[in-house]
Amino acid sequence: MTSADAVALVLLLGIAAYACGGGADYGAGFWDLTAGGEDTGARPRALVDYAMAPVWEANNVWLIFVLVLTWTGFPQVFESVLSTAWLAVVLAALGLVLRGAGFALRKPTRQRVRRRRYTAVFGVASIVAPFFFAATLGGVASGRIPLGNRAGDRVTSWLNPTSVVFGTLAVAASAFLAAVFLVSDARRYGAPDLVAYFRRRSVLAGGALLAVGAVGLVAFRFDARPLYDGLLRGWGLALLLVAVVATVGTALLLRRGNHLGTRLAALAAVTSMVLAWGLAQRPYVLPPTLTIQAGAGDADSLRWLLVVTAVAVVLVGPALALLYRLDLTDRLAADHDDDLVEAPSIPSRPRPDGSPGLRPADR
Amino acid sequence: MTGTAYQILADQPQILPAREQMAFTLMVHVILVPLGVALPFITLVMNYLGLRRNDRVAFQLARRWSTVMAIQFAIGVVTGTVLSLEFGLLWPGLMGRWGDVFGTGFGIEAWAFFLEAVLISIYLYGWKRLSPRIHFLLGLPIPLVSLLGAFGILSANAWMNTPHGFTLDAAGNPTAISVGKVLFNPMLGPQYWHFIAAAYMTAGFLVGGVYAVGWLRGRRDRYHRLGFLVPFTLAAIVTPVQMVLGDGLARSVFTEQPQKFATIEIVWQTGGNQPEYLFGRLQPDGTVAGGIKIPGLDSFLAGFSRDTVVQGLSEAPADQRATAREATIAHWAFDTMVGIGTVLLLLSVWYGLAWLRRRDLPRSRWFYRCAAVSGIASVVAVEAGWITAEVGRQPWVVWEQMKVAEAVTNISAGPIWASFAVLLVVYALIAWAFLGLLLRLRLRWRRQDAELARETEPPAQPAVPAAAAP
Ligand code: HDD
Ligand code: HEM
Ligand code: HEM
Repeated sequence: MTSADAVALVLLLGIAAYACGGGADYGAGFWDLTAGGEDTGARPRALVDYAMAPVWEANNVWLIFVLVLTWTGFPQVFESVLSTAWLAVVLAALGLVLRGAGFALRKPTRQRVRRRRYTAVFGVASIVAPFFFAATLGGVASGRIPLGNRAGDRVTSWLNPTSVVFGTLAVAASAFLAAVFLVSDARRYGAPDLVAYFRRRSVLAGGALLAVGAVGLVAFRFDARPLYDGLLRGWGLALLLVAVVATVGTALLLRRGNHLGTRLAALAAVTSMVLAWGLAQRPYVLPPTLTIQAGAGDADSLRWLLVVTAVAVVLVGPALALLYRLDLTDRLAADHDDDLVEAPSIPSRPRPDGSPGLRPADR
Repeated sequence: MTGTAYQILADQPQILPAREQMAFTLMVHVILVPLGVALPFITLVMNYLGLRRNDRVAFQLARRWSTVMAIQFAIGVVTGTVLSLEFGLLWPGLMGRWGDVFGTGFGIEAWAFFLEAVLISIYLYGWKRLSPRIHFLLGLPIPLVSLLGAFGILSANAWMNTPHGFTLDAAGNPTAISVGKVLFNPMLGPQYWHFIAAAYMTAGFLVGGVYAVGWLRGRRDRYHRLGFLVPFTLAAIVTPVQMVLGDGLARSVFTEQPQKFATIEIVWQTGGNQPEYLFGRLQPDGTVAGGIKIPGLDSFLAGFSRDTVVQGLSEAPADQRATAREATIAHWAFDTMVGIGTVLLLLSVWYGLAWLRRRDLPRSRWFYRCAAVSGIASVVAVEAGWITAEVGRQPWVVWEQMKVAEAVTNISAGPIWASFAVLLVVYALIAWAFLGLLLRLRLRWRRQDAELARETEPPAQPAVPAAAAP
């Protein structure tokens, strides 16, 4: 494995990490949007509010990391993709920013009309961002991004069958991940009705993910033949199968109430989907012509990039492990939420009158 | 680089909106940066005071500041992500050619932010259930990690000023990159320490300023005293140091980038005994209109002697130097920064003298009025400093290696103006959200304090809440 291959692999893992970390955040927005009217949707929305905090914008650091790796490891790829598919990237960026703003604004707002408005912004943006980021990757996968400063078509590079499949897959995968995570959150905050609610939705989203994947495979056959071939042999096929098994496995584990297991299985499903795409497209970074070797930046920079990454993993790994450990042993408390929100978000059960009981007046 | 690839602005109308958008988004981002770099340290000092004296008020302050830290971090991440995307959207030529050369710094930055995100989460959520000592120890690395993140970015920016550590092959492409020389290029040291000092000044004055306002409104309890004392003292100590660092930075620009020095000091003709202009506008013919002229001072500042020869703008061909308008902008920005620095130095001296003479805070209301606006003044100085650095670099994006015109995207001007307009609206929304959250926090903290006061103390002065947050 050359250092260019290694950087390409790290890049792919970074994309997978963003698909998982960012995906879970975006997916929460999806369920928030689809939770229904103000009354029926209030409890699921309250759970979303509870489960997410501003610090989790930090998941976007994965995206930054992916961008940095791209421009350092494969400078011309960065130039070509962002200048050709710029419209999709701008839309995705808007989604990213508006999602954060919509969420942050809604959380402390109690006024109905405003709340509804922010809910809509938060939800729609949460779908727009993953869709267009993935659509851009679809343009890469189907060979529609030529080398150069805005050398390709500014619309068809991201509006084509493969891109639409990629985008839809991203939205479905986000919804799937988020539903699985929200099941655990609901259990933790003692809301059994919401556990059941999101368990149903996890299964639904997992099914949707598999269905879109199947349709997508057919679309690739006609729209992106090399990708199709890559997915049906060797590593591509192996990872595709892992993705399918993990998705089905998530549903089974959910039934048995294994919360750690379901989360891991869902993460494995999404990760192996991303890896399957990357390995199917080997040895090209920009199909159909630019290979990983040819697109790679300077060898010394690549080596240092790997060194920096290795050092970082050594530093970040323990910190992350500590965070999860403290979290799992319940030694972290999201008490700062009390500072931001006027009412505790999740009452354990609906009020006698059936309203969800967000109780600004009780304080 | 051959100069032939350079096209004048008229051929590339997209340069203007691309620059404006980049400048706007960077200038928004950089308001948050000083808080990101210095607030963790200030918070930890307060946390330490709380631990050592078992002081509830200090704990309260530290805890509240950590909430602000988290919100600021989140907005920093979002605006920073936009910047990374803009590198490709607006300046693909820059990244395509130089991305692998100066990318390592960004790599360091990205990982540092990730580590910081994890540590901030632990610190923020750990207040309730971790033991106070362990919680404090887990917070300790945060200031160091934020220094590391700033190092990555500053290294990249300094490299654009003094590009080192590569050679050009026959086709003019960079090869044989030596990452050490790229990261530790000549401008890094001077720029980095100046920047860090600016961050500590800004965060210290901003936080202190909030409590100065409370003081002016009559809230003179221990909470406000402590909240003012710690950050303001820190900033007042850093300020004199910053003047020395700034002076050193200016001299580094003089030796490393003589044309940039000429730009920010509006020097037209090479020679000794150059006058210093306070403000003043450079005309296309090389004369200076307006401003206050101080004979010989510029030469003296650059080399400690009136005979120091300072290179003039006219030394470079017209397509390789900043225009008269750009020079004027950079010069005004520079003078604004230095002016604000000087005023803040006087404020710090006032504070220091009061402390030396009476071991107490100054009593004058005017002191608190100045302190209240010192934070905003620092932010203005930071923005002005960046305008000096970035506009002073024109027309180069990578100093004497690549022009802005070669870096810019081929997207046409219209769509960039449109995306810029949308960004303006969206950023206004975010600013609203941020301010709204801070105001809400303030109200809530006040209410908490009022409850606390009712529970613990007999109401001493009914007119003034006993301990209200700013
Ligand atoms: C609190 C903020 C603050 C204060 C009081 C000062 N500066 Fe500054 N200055 C900055 C904040 C700043 C900055 C925002 O941090 C910059 C922008 C680029 C950089 O690296 O630092 C900067 C840049 C900057 C530059 C341009 C560097 C370049 O072109 O790369 C020079 C020459 C100076 N400064 C010099 C000074 C002098 C002589 C000062 C006072 C005597 C001074 N600064 C006070
Ligand atoms: C945070 C502080 C910064 C601010 C406020 C700032 C401000 C600006 C401004 C005002 C411009 C437009 C110049 C013009 O109109 O002529 C600009 C351009 C630019 N800056 Fe900065 N800058 C900052 C730091 C950086 C850093 C750290 C980098 C990269 C590492 C950077 C990269 C660029 C690039 C690529 C351009 C576009 C090319 C150009 O016009 O020179 N900037 N910035
Ligand atoms: C140009 C591309 C840039 C990117 C991709 C970027 C990215 C980020 C991100 C993701 C954060 C984390 C949020 C936070 O810590 O508040 C951040 C904060 C910060 N940025 Fe930027 N930024 C850029 C430009 C700049 C500029 C121009 C400066 C000025 C020197 C800068 C210096 C910093 C520093 C020092 C922080 C705070 C560090 C901290 O909080 O620990 N960045 N940036």
